[in-house]
Amino acid sequence: MTMTEGDLAEIAFVRRATIAPQPPPTKMTGALGWLRDNLLSTPFNIALTILIVLLLAWAVPELVKFLFIDAVWNGSDRDACLESVQHREIGACWPFVWERLPYFIYGSYPISERWRVDAFFLMLAVGITWLLWLNAPRHDLGAIYFFVVLPISSFVLLTGWSTIGLRPVDTVLWGGVLVTIVVAAVGIVVSLPLGIFLALGRRSRMPVVRSLSVIYIEFVRGVPLVTVLFMAGVMLPLFMPEQLSPDKLVRALVGIALFASAYMAEVVRAGLQAIPKGQYEGAMAVGLRYWQMMRLIILPQALKVTIPNIVNTYIGLFKDTTLVFIVGIFDLLRTIEVARIDPKWATPVTSTTGYAVAAIFYLIFCYGMSRYARAMEARLAKADRC
Amino acid sequence: MSTDLPTLPRPAPVVFYNDPKVRSIAYQIALFAVVAFLVYGAASNAIENLARARIASGFGFWNNVAGFDISQTLIEYSSRGSTYGRAFWVGLLNTLLVAGIGIVFATILGFVVGISRLSSNWLLAKVAGCYVEIIRNLPLLLQLLFWYNAVLKALPDIRESIAIGGGAFLNNRGLFLPTPIFKNGFGAVEMALLAGIVGAIVFRVWARKQQERTGRQAPVLMVTLALVIGLPIAMFLLAGLPLGFEFPRAGRFNITGGAEVLPEFVALLFGLSIYTAAFIAEVVRAGILAVSRGQTEAAYSLGLRPGLTQRLIVVPQAMRVIIPPLTSQYLNLTKNSSLAVAIGYPDLVQVFTGTVLNQTGQALEVVAITMLVYLVISLVTSFLMNIYNSRMALAER
Repeated sequence: MTMTEGDLAEIAFVRRATIAPQPPPTKMTGALGWLRDNLLSTPFNIALTILIVLLLAWAVPELVKFLFIDAVWNGSDRDACLESVQHREIGACWPFVWERLPYFIYGSYPISERWRVDAFFLMLAVGITWLLWLNAPRHDLGAIYFFVVLPISSFVLLTGWSTIGLRPVDTVLWGGVLVTIVVAAVGIVVSLPLGIFLALGRRSRMPVVRSLSVIYIEFVRGVPLVTVLFMAGVMLPLFMPEQLSPDKLVRALVGIALFASAYMAEVVRAGLQAIPKGQYEGAMAVGLRYWQMMRLIILPQALKVTIPNIVNTYIGLFKDTTLVFIVGIFDLLRTIEVARIDPKWATPVTSTTGYAVAAIFYLIFCYGMSRYARAMEARLAKADRC
Repeated sequence: MSTDLPTLPRPAPVVFYNDPKVRSIAYQIALFAVVAFLVYGAASNAIENLARARIASGFGFWNNVAGFDISQTLIEYSSRGSTYGRAFWVGLLNTLLVAGIGIVFATILGFVVGISRLSSNWLLAKVAGCYVEIIRNLPLLLQLLFWYNAVLKALPDIRESIAIGGGAFLNNRGLFLPTPIFKNGFGAVEMALLAGIVGAIVFRVWARKQQERTGRQAPVLMVTLALVIGLPIAMFLLAGLPLGFEFPRAGRFNITGGAEVLPEFVALLFGLSIYTAAFIAEVVRAGILAVSRGQTEAAYSLGLRPGLTQRLIVVPQAMRVIIPPLTSQYLNLTKNSSLAVAIGYPDLVQVFTGTVLNQTGQALEVVAITMLVYLVISLVTSFLMNIYNSRMALAER
């Protein structure tokens, strides 16, 4: 006896209609599933989660209380921020910051001339935006503006030039954010070209060039910045003829720029090493000279892949500018140090308030730079895949 | 076919100034001349300026009496009897002390944070991430000033010292700890410890040989603990507890007895460890991520449990990636300890480049010696690192 198609269908116990997909168990999806996976997967994880929640529940309200709820918002001197006078718990002392803000930004720069500092900040912001914004037009002009026009015009603007009616302002009067930005900007503008030359020198085939570059780079990277600043501060005047003795700020600038360029050289060198040999050979095969090859073929590629590392070096440089504090220059941190021990505002919370202001300032700048570096990295990685 | 190739004229010899070799030599001579000229100019200016300012030169000051006090001395030092040379060693030892302890703390904290960032616990990973982002983006000097001025100087004064258990006190003049007093018979405990360490090493070697021969594992950890910790404790009990403590006693104006840890030291240690730990955490994270997922999966498929997989497969491979950048972080910590000068901890820079420089005025010699010390530390470390790297390098086919 043979079975027909229909018979087979009759006795088959295999389901022929597809069942619609079932939703996953509620325990595994949504907020609950996420909690199970990410916070409560094992007993150890549960304990950790509880511990961290407790920690956050203690720390976050304390911080909010200090910065906002218990903070003092109005007042004219230390009495406003003294627990013994106000008879309540005191948080941050904001009127102190408010009153000293011009000092934190300009230092002792003459009040009538402070528009010049504002103009400098504006010009710098334009230059930075032009270079960092990748879709901005004419990056070549931007580079000329940033590396040539900007340094010269800000020098004239900030130090003054009596023939065009700008009153000279001694650098002793500079301070606060102005000095921090000037030191960082000089470091940034000088260290990149100098670093490129040192990196090329280190990869050169001429033994004298190579060994001088290696000695310089390894020496500077082997010593702390503090000692370099001390050297610039006390030894530079010794090495110069007496009448040319540079002022204090210039000495610190020289120290920072020399220090940063050694680190920049290593970053650029890593970029140069990442360029395949064929690029060099190709450039030489079409008859380019050394500098043409570097300018047209090698450096554009090498610098592009090193942008994230260059920005990271700049973050380090920006943080390191605080060290000029130690050789007696009034950067932001030092103006805060001076202001916080001023008897007019000296209270138990003044120091913490001042440091909080500095922390916010540095955090904004450094975090911004690191976000930029990371975005560039992602962009380069995407360009690589295409 | 190839008979009537035109005979090319021999190329004219290259003019000598276009010869790459000649040019290269000329460039190098020119560069050397410029550098030599700069050095010569600087040196002659320096000699002239020094002569005009009547500053002595040479290293004669090394044996002169220093005449200033140092707040923390690990070796014997007195302001009246000790020389500048002695002050140098005091400063150097203080630098090495804070760097050494800082490296231990930073490593522990850095590994914990770095591993936490990769944790499957979302909250832990985020908290660790915030720690790294915030600490890395704040200048170290700001953190040091915060710890010193806003935290430690804000502690209560001596009369209201905080007792933190075990007879220790904390106030704005520092941390006061009990000091151990070794009585007769403590030498036996030290001998026991030494014997325990030697025994543990011997046992380890034997256990490894046995495992290679027979495949059986010996309980290495338990035996090591028993030998290194158990043996000295047993000896300590047998010898009749030959150890006492001298506790700090709080007076009205002063604390007597015990050991004092300077607040400057504590602030520097906190600042350096917390700052460097953020960088070490990133190094550790990168190292663990560098071990490919296939390694873990292969280990699981061989039947290794997660703990064993980490210990035997992932960590050894990650360490190869971690150790070189870790060493450079250690060097950074050592160099950053020179920020001590901002809060007044008597390290090498504060003592030597600060006080000694001010007293003698011999900037050239003092700064040169200080730089040389850091340079030697850096070069020795990178030399050891190169040896390590060549030993650890992957033996590729």
